[in-house]
Amino acid sequence: MDHLYLLIPALPLLGFIINITLGRGLIKGKAHLVAIPAVFLSWAAAMYTVAQVAGGTIVSRDFYTWIVSGGFSVSVGFLIDQLTAVMLVVVTTVSLLVHIYSTGYMRGDKGFYRFFAYLNLFTFSMLMLIMSNNFLQLYFGWEAVGLCSYFLIGFWYEKKSAADAGKKAFIVNRFGDFGFGLGVFMIFLAFGTLHYGPVFQSAPGVLAGKTVMLFGLSVPLATLISLLLFCGAVGKSAQLPLHIWLPDAMEGPTPVSALIHAATMVTAGVFMVARCNPIFSLSPLAMAVVGLTGAVTALFAATIALVQNDIKRIIAYSTISQLGYMFLACGVGAYGAGIFHLYTHAFFKALLFLGAGSVMHSMQGELDIQKMGGLKKYMPVTYWTFLAASLSISGIPGFAGFFSKDEILWKAYSAGGIGILLWGLGTLAALLTAFYSFRLFFLAFHGKFRGGHELEHHLHEAPKSMTVPLAILGIGAVAAGWVGLPSFIGDALGIGQPDKFGAFLSPVFVNVPGGAESAVSGEAMVTGLSVAVGLLGILIAAYMYMWKPETAKALKQKLPGIHKVLWNKYYVDELYNFIIVKPAFWTARNFIAGTSDGKVIEGVVNGVPRAIDSFGRKLRKLQTGMLQDYAAIMAFCIFAFIAAALVFWKAMGG
Amino acid sequence: MANFGYTAGYPVLSTLIFLPVIGAFAIGLIKKEKAGLIKVLSLITSLLVFAASVPLFIFFDKTTSNMQFVEWYSWIPPFNIDYHVGVDGISVLFVLLSTLVTILCVIISWNSVKDKVKEFYMALLLIEGAMVGVFCSVDFFLFYVFWEAMLIPMYLIIGVWGGPNRLYAAIKFFLYTLVGSVLMLVGIIALYLHAGRDFDIQHLANMKYPLSMQMWLFWAFFAAFAVKVPMFPVHTWLPDAHTEAPTAGSVILAAVLIKMGAYGFLRFSLPMFPDASRAMAMPMMVLSVIAIIYGGIVCLAQTDLKRLIAYSSVSHMGFVTLGIFALNVQGMEGGILQMLNHGIVTGALFLCVGIIYERTHSRQISDYGGAATVLPVYAGLFMLFTLAAIGLPGTNGFVGEFLILLGGFTANKAAGAIAATGIIIGAGYMLWLYQRMFFQSVNPKLEGFSDISAREFITLAPMAALVFWIGFYPDAFLSFLHPSVQAIINRVQPAAGGNAVADFLRLFA
Repeated sequence: MDHLYLLIPALPLLGFIINITLGRGLIKGKAHLVAIPAVFLSWAAAMYTVAQVAGGTIVSRDFYTWIVSGGFSVSVGFLIDQLTAVMLVVVTTVSLLVHIYSTGYMRGDKGFYRFFAYLNLFTFSMLMLIMSNNFLQLYFGWEAVGLCSYFLIGFWYEKKSAADAGKKAFIVNRFGDFGFGLGVFMIFLAFGTLHYGPVFQSAPGVLAGKTVMLFGLSVPLATLISLLLFCGAVGKSAQLPLHIWLPDAMEGPTPVSALIHAATMVTAGVFMVARCNPIFSLSPLAMAVVGLTGAVTALFAATIALVQNDIKRIIAYSTISQLGYMFLACGVGAYGAGIFHLYTHAFFKALLFLGAGSVMHSMQGELDIQKMGGLKKYMPVTYWTFLAASLSISGIPGFAGFFSKDEILWKAYSAGGIGILLWGLGTLAALLTAFYSFRLFFLAFHGKFRGGHELEHHLHEAPKSMTVPLAILGIGAVAAGWVGLPSFIGDALGIGQPDKFGAFLSPVFVNVPGGAESAVSGEAMVTGLSVAVGLLGILIAAYMYMWKPETAKALKQKLPGIHKVLWNKYYVDELYNFIIVKPAFWTARNFIAGTSDGKVIEGVVNGVPRAIDSFGRKLRKLQTGMLQDYAAIMAFCIFAFIAAALVFWKAMGG
Repeated sequence: MANFGYTAGYPVLSTLIFLPVIGAFAIGLIKKEKAGLIKVLSLITSLLVFAASVPLFIFFDKTTSNMQFVEWYSWIPPFNIDYHVGVDGISVLFVLLSTLVTILCVIISWNSVKDKVKEFYMALLLIEGAMVGVFCSVDFFLFYVFWEAMLIPMYLIIGVWGGPNRLYAAIKFFLYTLVGSVLMLVGIIALYLHAGRDFDIQHLANMKYPLSMQMWLFWAFFAAFAVKVPMFPVHTWLPDAHTEAPTAGSVILAAVLIKMGAYGFLRFSLPMFPDASRAMAMPMMVLSVIAIIYGGIVCLAQTDLKRLIAYSSVSHMGFVTLGIFALNVQGMEGGILQMLNHGIVTGALFLCVGIIYERTHSRQISDYGGAATVLPVYAGLFMLFTLAAIGLPGTNGFVGEFLILLGGFTANKAAGAIAATGIIIGAGYMLWLYQRMFFQSVNPKLEGFSDISAREFITLAPMAALVFWIGFYPDAFLSFLHPSVQAIINRVQPAAGGNAVADFLRLFA
């Protein structure tokens, strides 16, 4: 049983190989019968391994040596500690549920086998990412999940928008990975290894006091490495300013949005920052950047979500926003709280997406919430589970999101200094979150159906294969948070160790400054305020979209400028198009390919092209096309050549 | 004179050089009407040659940088010219690549070459012999003979079996290469005289030359090798040659021929002119970085499929020369591995282009679209090679690029960092190409075409296997390199010994 953990990534990989090679000709519509058992057994092995970790057995083992060159050596190896254990629970559980859901959702699609093959490949890649014991294998998983994301966003590749979105996701991520890669180089150069153990152990000693000159500035090495690594996280987890790919990624099938673009892949950035906490914690500046990026993104994305009408894009912006909370937590050193939110978010956000998928399934693919309404009576399971998820994300007490979001805001507040600012931004974003979540909820499920009679006729609840995963995730969206109660509630209930989650993770975050219980009081006050803004947001949404729908329109007319900016997502895409995409193509077409390679380089380097042209014309006259001619010319050239050499030889006194 | 060439029970290297030549002559004796027989004989020859090269992989001693499988006979005694062949850890991989690629070229040309079939396969086999000869020569004169001999059949393949503008491309290819070669010949003769009439490469590589002599010899050899690589700004022959050449020609060019430039740097420039190499490392790295970025950006503007892949070669070979002139172990090993990778991946991409061209007779990207729907298996394989080209981890491209960038970054932070932006550009032009060819709605011009045949699949399968083999277990190939690369490093960097970690810590102390 010692090597059981190897099955966790190996089985989904095997499933992928079987489906991608045999799927098209042989397996076809039965691809799920390969993919689901593979993920189920992987899940079972993961649960066993997690139990082992809970019992104190940490796996840390090299599997084989991957690359060796000079003093550089890196292995494929596994580290399964408490942090990985949490990720294992999230990844295998959500993956399994999404696999099951997809049998219903993707039924009849001509790419059915391909879909399951990619889902398996994704699961494998994500597991390699979280189970790695070194930076290069992390990078392997990092790029591989990005590849699967590319495949799955562009799954319906006949659609130009889908193909564009997949490509955009890949390339935008490469911008982040560029920094991440340089960070990995710096780590190797500083530590002489890329394996987590020695790097993290010696980080305080190796990095202490070392600085790098960068554009005339003296930058601490720890700050530089942290910020470079964080570049990768900004790309992968869609934070400002690289968030632009995630809303477009909604072109992919909805189960993909739930698994990859909500619960797992996009959280890889948070996982990585938490994993690298011994490095980040050495740099207050980097921590501040992480926290601010997260808080600003949380608020920024929430404002965009206020006005969107595409059900999936609203949830996508809410994902960007919630990921911002996780980075906010990391930025104040509350890595455990960030991972806790990652864990609860996985359940309620996957649920929101799968619920949205169920709605789309019923609405014949319609995404515009303005054309929905009153779906409650047609889709009860979807309705109730969606409500649970919405309450959870809004931070209503008792639901999972409440506990994790509350912990983040409290940790930010109690950290003091910049933490107070982060707490303020986070609390404001919480208000907006509750509002847009319930705007979506009321518009879709309450009121009158606005999609026309034809469509209303088709409305129906999703099949069992889809509602059962919804129900299971619904339980998670409520109960997942109960393992991390705030201490004041624990005291009230008389529970000895209320924050079991934090205690479980604590060995991973040992040397985090300020990690100890803060002396600041007022947790109840902070909690009370965040609950209040959550309720307020829901009430405003109910007022504007259920009780007095005309107020929404009036507000839109009153503030056309703000609405326009938000509706156009602050014009970030347009900005990038203007400063990066267009200039690159313009340069390529007009300057480089047109002028320099065509005229300047050939002209400057030699007059060869023109000489060739005239030479060629003369040759054409000499009955060209005949082999003998070429051979004759060749022979002549060789002869001239040898003659020249001999002359030179003589001249040199040979 | 010592002969260790019989490790495998027969003179391996001579077999690899002369068996193709014998095959070519045998084909010459067949009547040209018997095209089928000609093709079968070519295939058998190339398979036999490959089989004969396998012992190199199995029996190679990876613990030494010495020449192995050596055969050494006196050839022209008055001038001290010997027939002296052998392989070390660097050349052995390229000999194997040459023998593999030739088989694929024979198979891929099976239906597409209809004209002058006999001469085509003769030229192909002659190239094979010359290619192996170039990589095996330990005598400078012998090297030069093979180096030039390779040009002739290649020139013919482009000029006779090429596209509409083949004559221009063939002559341009020939002239560029010739100008470079002449300067190299001057350098060779100078070395020969300086060493007291000696053509022995190993001997010449262990002598000490005055710095001024090293300098001008470095540039004389640079002329030959930079054109072959091709380095910016002498790269403009490559897009023309690739575009006009028939598929087999493009594959040989990409997979083997342009590797000879980089091989020349490793075999001659660095060990013979170590001080000049060290002094010129910075300009070389600058040229490499320019090639990476420039080649990549030019790709964005291409409308011709083959031209795009040709320009991507300029960018990829920029990575190779960057690694080599980083003058440390990781950079150099990465550079050599990337030479192999580029041979596999770009070779495979040209095979792919040949496969689709046989159906559509168009190289214009705009004539494609939606090919994934029409040819799904083909699309899958093309995707695999695309991913390897953009260096996705798990493919061979990643290992090479990673080591190069690590080495480049170690040698010069700015060069490494700027070169790393090449991976963004690379993803941009390759994925855009893929989208235009394979995604979106099916172009009516593609309707009705069949997916790849078993014959075509066979040409791509070994390349696909190598992509993963090197990607997941690069040690199978990197282990050949260690002693030979260390020997070059010791020669070029006698003091530092290429210890990256020590350099770095000094920098930040």
